[in-house]
Amino acid sequence: MKIAIASGKGGTGKTSLSVNLASFLAKKQEIVLVDLDVEEPNSGIFIEGELIHSENKHKMIPEWIPDNCTLCGICQKVCNFHAVIKMGTRIMVFPQLCHSCYACSELCPTKTLPMIPQKIGELKHFRKKNLNFVESKLLIGEEQAVPLIKQTHSYIDKTFSDKILKIYDCPPGTSCPVIEATKDADFVILVTEPTPFGFHDLTLAVETMKELGKKIGVVINKFGFEHREVEDFCEKENIPILARIPNSRKIAELYSKGKLIYPEVEGLANQFENIISHIQEEVAK
Amino acid sequence: MKEIVVISGKGGTGKTSITASFAVLGGKEVVVADCDVDAADMHLLLKPDFEFEEDFYSGLIAEIEQEKCIKCGKCAEVCRFDAIPIIDGKYVVQPLDCEGCGYCYQVCPRDAIAMNEQNVGKWFVSNIKTGTVMVHAKLGIGLENSGKLVAKVKNEAKRLAEEKQKDFVIVDGSPGIGCPVISSLSGSNLVVLVTEPTLSGLHDLKRVYELVKKFGLKSVCIINKADLNKNISEKIKSFLAENEITLLAEIPYDETFTKAMIEGKTIVELSESNIGKIIKKSWETIKKY
Amino acid sequence: MKIAFTTKGENWDSMMDPRFGRTEYFLVYDEEKDELSSFDNRDVANEAHGAGPRTAQKLFEINPNVLITGNGPGGNAAEALKESGIQIFVGAGDMTVKQAYEAYKSGSLKKFG
Repeated sequence: MKIAIASGKGGTGKTSLSVNLASFLAKKQEIVLVDLDVEEPNSGIFIEGELIHSENKHKMIPEWIPDNCTLCGICQKVCNFHAVIKMGTRIMVFPQLCHSCYACSELCPTKTLPMIPQKIGELKHFRKKNLNFVESKLLIGEEQAVPLIKQTHSYIDKTFSDKILKIYDCPPGTSCPVIEATKDADFVILVTEPTPFGFHDLTLAVETMKELGKKIGVVINKFGFEHREVEDFCEKENIPILARIPNSRKIAELYSKGKLIYPEVEGLANQFENIISHIQEEVAK
Repeated sequence: MKEIVVISGKGGTGKTSITASFAVLGGKEVVVADCDVDAADMHLLLKPDFEFEEDFYSGLIAEIEQEKCIKCGKCAEVCRFDAIPIIDGKYVVQPLDCEGCGYCYQVCPRDAIAMNEQNVGKWFVSNIKTGTVMVHAKLGIGLENSGKLVAKVKNEAKRLAEEKQKDFVIVDGSPGIGCPVISSLSGSNLVVLVTEPTLSGLHDLKRVYELVKKFGLKSVCIINKADLNKNISEKIKSFLAENEITLLAEIPYDETFTKAMIEGKTIVELSESNIGKIIKKSWETIKKY
Repeated sequence: MKIAFTTKGENWDSMMDPRFGRTEYFLVYDEEKDELSSFDNRDVANEAHGAGPRTAQKLFEINPNVLITGNGPGGNAAEALKESGIQIFVGAGDMTVKQAYEAYKSGSLKKFG
């Protein structure tokens, strides 16, 4: 089963929930925790483990081999992203703009633009007892998160059996990295906070998940402020609230130090049990 | 006219709340740009009136004209994004998967594929409660935030600032390190980095700073919730010192921040706020850069 | 010498456009012939991706000796222009085209790259 943890707003506590839930469950069963927030992956700060495997991840980009080039310009013509440009007698490729569609390479009449791999980031796989942790990190200046997220999914599917429970820490927001990250999830937990920003961004996230046809539930983090919009919204839309994690300076401090929260905060373990049993019930339907 | 961009790397550090405070302090001297188009929130504090609205188009999506289609499957064959499955016996492009590369368009033997401009959202110009204007946008869900919408918002804000002879454009930047942030940062005179003393905050600060450095932009830093973890605050300060980034302010952890937001106000609008005073001082310093 | 400017308008009193990739126009001044011509770049400015390289290519076809602009070309465009031999001067972003030309002639603009 695949559970994705997402949010509209950044900073609501996705990573906090992901690492704590995963660690808690790992006490009894084998778990895979995946950090798909490839621009700013943070789960690794909270998980200690032994590095089992690391690999560079690439995207394919065209490379110009001048020898047979007739400068016909078809490559430039078919590239919708202006990643291939003819400058006089030279063909220039802009890797940042390339979306790896292969059009220029395959439509080139003289096979002058073979596709070669270019590094976009790194994938690392750690393990501590029952907990497998996989993190992917995008190189600085690399503009597109989606190809790396896609490849991370492939690695997970190839490496672990379907039967193992997988938790995905997703990037914030509602644009295409989030779509890619939550694509195969059986259930999506949306983490929010009871504030105007939290509420507003939650509505966007819910809209997105509904568009994808996902089963969803909400976890309200930093619970305690007098703001009812989130709860009222969930009630109206029939979205289950799976847990309410209290607003507490102590929790913030633990988080700041990279420490797990549930061992030190009363009641959280119970809430986590509730989250999982609800999800298992929902997915079984 | 100076452009001040506020970014954070990590979400939840208080970037938007602080930017909105600067906007209130700047009052009629500034034009505001909310470039966090994926999850724009400034409007929740600044009460915009959405006076002007325009659809925004960016990128292309393929569409198969079924009457012309002979179902040869060449389009699906060349599509690297698995965006053309067969549904009910027909080849149908899935908009959420289509990258707009146009390869299918190039190979279709019957010219049955059209590349259509995609409506990715809307951008707005609003009058806001401080007596000036704000440019903001709403990106449609699941779409590629290419930086073009961000660029649009920023450039309209700059244009308006020049037209109305305002001294500053204040930009609420995008989170992360990808295209939208790069677009937020381009052409700015001063970058304000908002961070928090958590391991995650420090980690993301370093990553986003690499981007700022790459563009050779002048930057200053505000540590929010500074007393949450003195140890990490010190680490942040060392990092700032090593990189010659001026520490602009340290704001203590205080729920007044959130309480103000719940009331629809920025912290500087609460008369007796200690944090408000710190932010005011920061703004005065920023203006002099 | 042929001198190109990134501008927001089509004559000497127009403001310079500080950007390169999404500049609205290029104005080109041919010093020998004392002729000013303009090139509309707004279709490129409107593109979602790759404005830099596309604009660089346009400039390459115009083939000036010198480019005067504001911030300077961004990463991709700068890469594209590197071997073109076009000398790039920056710092004129807030001036009119006329002022930018004068600043260039008096040597007060910074050379880019």
